[in-house]
Amino acid sequence: MKQHTLSVLVENRAGVLSRVTGLFSRRGFNIESLAVGTCEEEGTSRITIVVFGDDREVEQVIKQLNKLIDVIKVSDLTERARVERELALIKVSADPGGTRAEVMQIATIFRSQVIDVGSKTVTLEVTGDSDKIDALQRLLVPYGIRELYRTGRIAVLRGQKTVKSEK
Amino acid sequence: MKTGAKVLIEGLLRQGTKTIFGYPGGVVLPIYDVLYDSPLQHILVRHEQAAAHAADGYARASGRVGVCLATSGPGACNLVTGIATAYMDSIPVVALTGQVPTSLLGNDAFQESDIHGITMPITKHNYLVTRAEDLPQVIAEAFYIASTGRPGPVLIDLPKDVSTGEVPDEIEFPTSVNLRGYQPTVKGHPRQIERAAELLTKAERPLLYVGGGTILSGAEQELLALAERLGAPVTTTLMGLGAICGDHPLNLGMLGMHGTAYANYAVTECDLLVAIGARFDDRVTGRIETFAPNAQVIHIDVDPAEIGKNKSVDVPIVGDVRHVLAQLISRLPAGSKTGPWLARIDQWRAIHPLTIRDDGLLHPQYVVRTLSELLDGEGVIVSEVGQNQMWAAQHFCFKKPRSWITSGGLGTMGYGLPAAMGACFARPGEQVVLIAGDGSLQMNIQEFGTIAQYRIPVKVVVLNNGFLGMVRQWQELFYEHRYAYTELPPVNFVGIARAYGIDGMVVEECGEVREALRTAIAHDGPFVVDVHVEREENVFPMVPAGAAINEMIGSRL
Repeated sequence: MKQHTLSVLVENRAGVLSRVTGLFSRRGFNIESLAVGTCEEEGTSRITIVVFGDDREVEQVIKQLNKLIDVIKVSDLTERARVERELALIKVSADPGGTRAEVMQIATIFRSQVIDVGSKTVTLEVTGDSDKIDALQRLLVPYGIRELYRTGRIAVLRGQKTVKSEK
Repeated sequence: MKTGAKVLIEGLLRQGTKTIFGYPGGVVLPIYDVLYDSPLQHILVRHEQAAAHAADGYARASGRVGVCLATSGPGACNLVTGIATAYMDSIPVVALTGQVPTSLLGNDAFQESDIHGITMPITKHNYLVTRAEDLPQVIAEAFYIASTGRPGPVLIDLPKDVSTGEVPDEIEFPTSVNLRGYQPTVKGHPRQIERAAELLTKAERPLLYVGGGTILSGAEQELLALAERLGAPVTTTLMGLGAICGDHPLNLGMLGMHGTAYANYAVTECDLLVAIGARFDDRVTGRIETFAPNAQVIHIDVDPAEIGKNKSVDVPIVGDVRHVLAQLISRLPAGSKTGPWLARIDQWRAIHPLTIRDDGLLHPQYVVRTLSELLDGEGVIVSEVGQNQMWAAQHFCFKKPRSWITSGGLGTMGYGLPAAMGACFARPGEQVVLIAGDGSLQMNIQEFGTIAQYRIPVKVVVLNNGFLGMVRQWQELFYEHRYAYTELPPVNFVGIARAYGIDGMVVEECGEVREALRTAIAHDGPFVVDVHVEREENVFPMVPAGAAINEMIGSRL
């Protein structure tokens, strides 16, 4: 059992996300994370899905996804050289006279941006792989995380290769 | 300008549709108004579920796409069981549903249901059309998707303003369809074909395990050629019956839960299993770990997702069965070495034949066998679901593909009567006989109304035992004879038929069976034979759920 990162190119039609997520629930596959957005070609979207399962299960996930008419291509990036990113927005307690400086210092170390400041909070934006965001999150817990927003993971192959150009 | 409804009907006609099964209602009024003077034959059913089953039966009997039509809300929802039935058995059906106008979508309007969402998991694909000008493309895609690759049902949801919307008269209908996300593989990969040919050449105890995909693909000639060239025995699934002639010496009949003992033993002992358009369903395999334990496995299927889903495979071949078999045959040397293997199977066949008791009592299997003798492989046999279905599968000698129509995957009681209606329209002039149980028949018995109205010449043979027989059998065998809610009070089926204007007769003695069936077959128009069979007859042999398929009960070991 391990995490697989799947890149799914789909026709951007009404209901396509519902088809994809419905397939996962119906066949008992677990989605760890999911990110959807338009991509370089008009009319298509890319869904990055992280699933947890053994190779046989994931093979079945890929085959079932491929059966959906609106799915153009499914690529398993798991064993490939790739860059993965998630984005998190974290609103954390930070008193001007107290912990604010420490929080800002941690933010700097993680190359995260302060995107908003309140009278008793700062809001940080951080991008990176899951481990980095987990680490920052752990460090901020003692200061009091008011709210945390994490996107799903997106991933891109390293080098010249693109998911679309592959057969 | 012309309306969307007109474009829809024109699209159906361009696809070659001749008959549709439907039921009118509020939001499909514009469509019905166009149907009223269209060359399309519309059959008014008595319940939308029957429209879906009839379209499905039409598709199975003809090999063409079946079409059904229902209104929004309850009408659409009533199609659901029929669509799911077609989906499980990979049957090409296009289901058309009315929908509330796009301006009211999502407003919980009168008779609104999200049939697009509801049917997503039970259709191969579905559409919610929002503009009349999209109709030509959607119709072309729907028929293409339904009928190619692994076939299946496609639903098109049609809001009322799409049906009434106007498009230019000269709107174009596409002549071909090309979908980036849907490119079914037809030919098998040469490397895999090579590997399969090697295994087939080496095998001493090969077995062809043939499913409904073989019939859907129209591969009966290639199958026969392969079996005869290899000298390989053939066992079929419930859906594969008719792919090879029932009395061919290489045919072992059905395998699985109610398969023949010799087919199941052959699976257990074979050294090479070739799955052809079959999907290793649990009713076939029993305990999967012990299914074909001594065999290497070649799996041929047009749907890559079926390969390796339930059973690991040595040689996967994705492609259309007919093409793949043709590719394979050309690579196989003539001359078989299966003599000893066939001799072994013949021994099992001699020791464990499918028998019926000859004790003067009216056994349901005898009714099926007599019907089989009388029809001699001609016509179409349709079944309901349960014991009647298994007895029909076991004891009727199917000689041609598409001569057997049954709900396999979903096991839908109430399927048979409407499916038989559909088969009659697909194969006019041929005998269509429904083998029913008294339980299943009552699930869509209102279709006697449709049958009477159009004089649809279905012959209904009821194996009437006053029980939900298959469930009763399980209660007898596995629940200490506690017949919880499975006994049905007597029903005067002939009386019901007569009330609708359909003739029929009751049979209570073994000696009357042949004559009654003759009468039914000779009768011009629909006919009901209500046969009062032995009430607690069981379907044997039987592999208990979760057992290995060579662990049968009731096969006279």
